[in-house]
Amino acid sequence: MSAPVITRVDETPAVTSLRRKDLLGISDMTAEEIALVLDTAEAMKEIGSRSIKKVPALRGKTVVNLFFEPSTRTRTSFEIAEKRLSADTLNIAIASSSVVKGETLADTALNLEAMQPDMIVLRHSSSGACHLLSRICRSAIINAGDGMHEHPTQALLDAFTIREHKKRLAGLKVAIVGDLLHSRVLRSNIHLLTKMGADVWVCGPPTLIPTDVTRFGVRATSRVEEAVADADVIMLLRIQLERMEGAFFPSLREYFNVFGMTESRIRLAKDDVIIMHPGPMNRGVEIASEVADGPYSVILEQVANGVAVRMAVLYLLAGGAEHETAA
Amino acid sequence: MKQLLKGGRVIDPVNGIDGIHDLLIDGDRIAQVGRDLAADGASVIEIPRGLVVCPGFIDMHVHLREPGQEHKETVESGTASAVAGGFTAVACMPNTTPVNDDANVTAYILSKAAAAKLARVYPIGAVSRGSKGELLADIAELKQAGCVAITDDGHPVKTALMMRRAMEYAGMFGMPLIEHCEDPSLKGDGVAHEGYMAATLGLRGMPGACEALGVERGILLSELTGSAFHVAHMSARASIRAVRKGKEAGVRVTCEVAPHHFTLTDEALGSPIPYDTNTKMNPPLREAADRDAMLSGIADGSVDVIATDHAPHHYDEKKVEFDRAPFGIVGLETAVPLSLDRLVHAGLIRLPRLVELLSVNPARILGVPGGSLSPGAPADVTIIAPDLRVRIEAARLRSRSKNTPFDGWELRGGVAATFVGGRVLFVNPETGLAA
Repeated sequence: MSAPVITRVDETPAVTSLRRKDLLGISDMTAEEIALVLDTAEAMKEIGSRSIKKVPALRGKTVVNLFFEPSTRTRTSFEIAEKRLSADTLNIAIASSSVVKGETLADTALNLEAMQPDMIVLRHSSSGACHLLSRICRSAIINAGDGMHEHPTQALLDAFTIREHKKRLAGLKVAIVGDLLHSRVLRSNIHLLTKMGADVWVCGPPTLIPTDVTRFGVRATSRVEEAVADADVIMLLRIQLERMEGAFFPSLREYFNVFGMTESRIRLAKDDVIIMHPGPMNRGVEIASEVADGPYSVILEQVANGVAVRMAVLYLLAGGAEHETAA
Repeated sequence: MKQLLKGGRVIDPVNGIDGIHDLLIDGDRIAQVGRDLAADGASVIEIPRGLVVCPGFIDMHVHLREPGQEHKETVESGTASAVAGGFTAVACMPNTTPVNDDANVTAYILSKAAAAKLARVYPIGAVSRGSKGELLADIAELKQAGCVAITDDGHPVKTALMMRRAMEYAGMFGMPLIEHCEDPSLKGDGVAHEGYMAATLGLRGMPGACEALGVERGILLSELTGSAFHVAHMSARASIRAVRKGKEAGVRVTCEVAPHHFTLTDEALGSPIPYDTNTKMNPPLREAADRDAMLSGIADGSVDVIATDHAPHHYDEKKVEFDRAPFGIVGLETAVPLSLDRLVHAGLIRLPRLVELLSVNPARILGVPGGSLSPGAPADVTIIAPDLRVRIEAARLRSRSKNTPFDGWELRGGVAATFVGGRVLFVNPETGLAA
């Protein structure tokens, strides 16, 4: 994978495309590229507010949504984004059980490739699955979540939502609380927020904190009060039931007692704190219902912004304004 | 037929020889090492300046995959790979299909080796039937059929009790127990070393302690039983610490390190090719402190053997998601260049120590012929070219599988020729050797 070529934002002509084939993760994106996506998403959001929510930007392009894991939110969000840009979309949901029957991911991808799609949006339970496809496919690969690795469009929509409320990312204290170890949302958010200058704290039981997490440029704690103190943003990560069986923590009740985001804990944060969650939520586990439904919650805004951000990503990877001028 | 290898630097640590000597081979045996030996009817092979004549290298940790997984490797292709890599003998692991837990399987492997007429093959038998850890394999019959050691490699011996009994029983024949050291519960479904790289890439980790627990268990049981215990493919710094302590306490423990574990770190999982399944092996590539501990152990004598853990896999099997790919890489044809480049030219060890690691010690631990150029010993000879510039090309490996992370690597040091029982089975003409 070649390094992204991106001219500085203040140069003319303005950068209007992501000069990269794929979006595999935030880790190899520059701050300029991230800012470009967020700026473009603002224009895309406006399209969603029109009575006729459709522009011809991706007309004639074929986008395949290839999902090897169940997903409602992300798949729907991509599909709406693609349709608003006039792309021809195709959804393929493959239960991992049918993979066991024989065909490898590489073969599935090569068969799809033979039908000449322009982009493949991939969700897969294995970390690095998108890198594998990127090496063997001509199509642009967009990572819609790979194992425990990255979920870049989630981090981009989170950043977009934060920016809408706070007008900036730099200097904000962002506390991320939950199952850090297994979370691709965490990894993408850490990469993005640290690149954009935010002060990131991560918090969870020691059993769910990745090794050497501080080398990512974040601060780690298992004291939730310390993490949320004076926070501008509190982001919660889903706790999965099966983690109890792995002895990561004793019970959901105890998890909620020690780490659950309650109204009293939120009072330690800044007065204008926003509460985020990538979904799906476990009410009463990582987040109290009063908080999820309360005035600080921007959880449904995240979902709304997901469409705009994914439109921006699709548009920019397809060539952006440069492509439209050339066409 | 006599052959006189004339004028090379001969290194034979067992006999205290290191200098310019001639080596006379009579048929399949070593006849004599000495200065200016008379040809006396022998065919003369001039050894070009700079080449080094050594007792044949022995790789005591190889997966030949036959019977049962011939699409990955066969005894013939594996031993062809061995001689091309400078190995005159290999010891092959029992995790074939069926498992080598039965004298018939051992006999089958040996019949294939005899037909191939390439490197010598020393089968290693299973500790337990099917390597399942429930019933002991017929170890005496395995020994009689030709097995030189026992292991349940691929997995650790299931229980401490099973290991204790196997050690006691195999001790009767002086066979060492070779252990894939690992605590299965701590390994879980780990696919990479537990550290920053695994955290970054989102891969499930297995910590070094997972291996060291297995090392400690084996050392304690070796002390209890008095039997020899050999640590396979050691990778973690806590493991070498345990081995050192065991040796100081007089326990009969030995250990091996694979070239990939003294060369690479887990950084290789991220670049140049992210999630390259040819960087996936078990034990995994670990962090720099572990790799450096392996290098120190090699330098200070704590490590006894360099062994490859040659683990061929078909490219289809490796062209999958990282967490679904099988563990292991091929190693027979890259071990000598990596050892010369990373150990000798890096100034860590000198050539005589390398010969101990690759020949003397594996022969001693397994109790097999070889490891020296003593008169009457088998004429198994490896001639190395320490200054040869070598480029590893996966596509040109003799092994049936090409799963190596070293494709395209340029290294200093290679193999000039391999003699097994006096027969020249490999010559690299780039070294100027004409045999």
